[in-house]
Amino acid sequence: MRHRGLLAAVMAAALVVGAGSAAAKELFLYNWSNYFPPELLKKFEADTGITVTLDVYDSNETMLAKLQAGAAGYDIVVPSDYIIPSMIQEGLLEQIDTSKMANFKNIAAPHNAPPYDEARGYTAPYMWGTTGFTYDSARVPGGKLEESWKEFFEPREELKGQIAALNDEVEVYNAAARYLGVDVCTESGDDGQKVLALLEKQKPYLAMYQSDGTIDRMIAGEVIMHHQWNGASHRTKEKLPTAVYVYPKEGTAFWADNFAVPKGAPNIENAKVFINWMLDPKNIAEASNFTGYMNAVKGSEAYLDAALKDDPAVNMPAAYAERLRPAKSCGTAAREMRDKVWTRLKK
Amino acid sequence: MGGGNPLWRFVGVRPTALFFFVYLYLPIIVLLVLSFNENRTATIWTTFSTQWYAVVLDNDNIMRAARNSVIVATSATIIATILATLAALGMARARFRGQDAISATIAMPLVVPEIVTAVATLLFFVLIGLKLGLLTVFLAHTVFCIPFAYLPIRARLEGMDPALPEAAADLYANEWQAFRRVILPLLWPGVASGAMLAFIISLDDFVITYFVAGAGATTLPVYIFGMIRIGITPEVNAISALMLLVSILFVSLSYLVGRLRR
Amino acid sequence: MPMGWFRRSKTHRQMALIGPAVLFLAVLMLIPIVLMGYVSFLERGEFGGVRWSDHTVDAYVAFLFERDFDGSLQLNTDYLQIFLRSFWLSIGTTVLTLLVGFPTAFYMALQPPRYRNLLIFLVTIPFWTNLLVRNYAWILLLRNGGLIDSALAWLGLTDAPISVLYTPFAVAIGLSYSYLPFMVLPIYASLEKLDFRLVEAAFDLGADRRRALARVIIPLAAPGIAAGCILVFIPSLGAYVTPELLGGGKSLMIGSLIQNQFGAARNWPFGAALAFALLGIVLLAIVIYLLRFRRSPGEMT
Repeated sequence: MRHRGLLAAVMAAALVVGAGSAAAKELFLYNWSNYFPPELLKKFEADTGITVTLDVYDSNETMLAKLQAGAAGYDIVVPSDYIIPSMIQEGLLEQIDTSKMANFKNIAAPHNAPPYDEARGYTAPYMWGTTGFTYDSARVPGGKLEESWKEFFEPREELKGQIAALNDEVEVYNAAARYLGVDVCTESGDDGQKVLALLEKQKPYLAMYQSDGTIDRMIAGEVIMHHQWNGASHRTKEKLPTAVYVYPKEGTAFWADNFAVPKGAPNIENAKVFINWMLDPKNIAEASNFTGYMNAVKGSEAYLDAALKDDPAVNMPAAYAERLRPAKSCGTAAREMRDKVWTRLKK
Repeated sequence: MGGGNPLWRFVGVRPTALFFFVYLYLPIIVLLVLSFNENRTATIWTTFSTQWYAVVLDNDNIMRAARNSVIVATSATIIATILATLAALGMARARFRGQDAISATIAMPLVVPEIVTAVATLLFFVLIGLKLGLLTVFLAHTVFCIPFAYLPIRARLEGMDPALPEAAADLYANEWQAFRRVILPLLWPGVASGAMLAFIISLDDFVITYFVAGAGATTLPVYIFGMIRIGITPEVNAISALMLLVSILFVSLSYLVGRLRR
Repeated sequence: MPMGWFRRSKTHRQMALIGPAVLFLAVLMLIPIVLMGYVSFLERGEFGGVRWSDHTVDAYVAFLFERDFDGSLQLNTDYLQIFLRSFWLSIGTTVLTLLVGFPTAFYMALQPPRYRNLLIFLVTIPFWTNLLVRNYAWILLLRNGGLIDSALAWLGLTDAPISVLYTPFAVAIGLSYSYLPFMVLPIYASLEKLDFRLVEAAFDLGADRRRALARVIIPLAAPGIAAGCILVFIPSLGAYVTPELLGGGKSLMIGSLIQNQFGAARNWPFGAALAFALLGIVLLAIVIYLLRFRRSPGEMT
């Protein structure tokens, strides 16, 4: 390597870094991996002239740690419901008054006034979904399973070693608590003990705890049953028509991911433009078609793919509404209990 | 090697070495082959296709991540190599108290587990109020590149005849000239391999980058991690193959440089 | 003039040369580690992070004791078990790497000099590819219905899926694959200097293979073996990516445990304390190595 070449490379590097802070027509989006269609970003850029830079994360807590470490320069993050109250209380979010935005009228109830941000002062809805489990009906005895967590936590012997759980402390713990009829934010030691006992009994029946590649694993037939998000279940079904998604009757996790603006974001106005733009039925429908999850915007149904609309895993039949359990933001003691159960389960 | 080679006396050695190289290259070959697979499901072979390379090269986010990786690796390599070369020269034939402490400090990034370094560095940046971004990634990378650059340079210096620089200093009467005309050319293979090592180590890092990267500072390994979490796709295979190509290019270059200079 | 000062004494000059690197590492490595030690003595924040003004030793107490579900303080071996598991896995990885690496290094050292460079070149190429990509390739190879599984079934050697992926064995394979060059190169470096006429002489004097190995070759290769083992053992112990991708998540490893404290558990002081405990183990391993082989840590490869 010649010195001149190196010098040029350093200068080019300095230019690229420097240019990042100079332009004003830009937006830094920090979103979950594979959770936003690239074409839609291009469309937004064409519509508004704002350039979007996308970075991705794999858990709410990763995103939270980054914000706690000092804003990090993102304009929009996509936190899930349960973590939003902590973020608001800790002063990590900028007030953006979603309720005053032009497209706020498009948001369908109850998403216009969710418990974690009732006035919609800090957040706007992106996608929502449920966490249940999927099974391959061609490979279970009788071709049909009960719509209960029992099938997952106390499975039939035939399915031993053919079941996968999400490697997610919150999802696994909450599902077990709901099956047992225990409050997910319980601080009672007895309850914690009961949840742990159930999970320890289930563990030998599981092939793995793994949140990555759930779709591939089902399609490849590596497992017969998978603890899964409904959008992933939908995409599984595209390749494996015999897959069935279950809304367990004891309570199915109902979650919602939201746009929010971190405190001190460099481009707040652009972030608001983006959020309002995303509340347009046509735009958000495109996002739903890509992610496989439902959105909370009225009128978007007209633009949804038929496959999505016809799948009960995504377009939930009204009868299941009473099974949904919104996420709760638990206190420190409850979180410690949950973490203790999780660590002990995997010690 | 004539009669001096006792390899034939050790029965299992040759097959083990063969097994070793198969073990080493099997995963690489699998990746290369599957990157040309037309099927979206990475594990089922249908027909030959180069479409995934086109998809990768057309994806702005991947290209941006690749550019970030190259920027960080280049700048971290330059600074780390300069610092390491100076330090190696200073440590050459050094006999002073505290020498072991300095060696230990330089080796620290090698012995502290990555996850510990990552978290500690994040906390440090939080505390001094440095905004997370490409700069913090660059700083963190320079830290762990230093020992990787230092070791080969130091090894090269150790192998040099100590009389050489002294004779050169007498001849040139000017130490800078002696350094430039005599020591640097001799040191060059060490510097080159140190820089190559630092460059690829930086290009490879995931854990530390994941913790200290801020807005717009996603590097290729961080991007790949996100893709792998979703599932295995042929795009990942194609990115891997492209990265492998770049790596082989670099290694071959250093190999050739090493040969030419000899 | 700085140059004048530069020439004044050999020690000053050495300091001026060493200074920048040491300063850089002291600020960006040493201080962060010390800072993390400090954080481990802080009170956790309610939503994650830490409260900088409150001090406590809770994090260290929590490593060994816990309030049980009924509230009493009890000895808690959960974390020790996780540490022990990671420890054994790292040992296993190191042994696996040594078993494959030593004969390979030996073979390389016995090749004609012009082939040796090519072999080193071949050993390093996979090492230059991305760590994630290497792990990911192993997922493709090891999964049921993957290449190895299908090949074995086709050869008629197995009649059921091999079920290796998502087990500790898969993690050991992945880790040892990642660190193979760290083992092979130091051993090769020490064997390369070996005068094989000594080995021949040993045979002439009636030694058998085992004795030639035990009395001549292994003692000469010992520094390389030790350095290789350290270089494989340390990164294996703290590894985070490979256990996550290949391990199946049924049992925690130190790396994931620490990561979890900064993630879902939101307990930074405990994460810092765990990291410090890990650092302690690593330093212990290095001290043992140094006491046994008496070389400065900077010269480990």
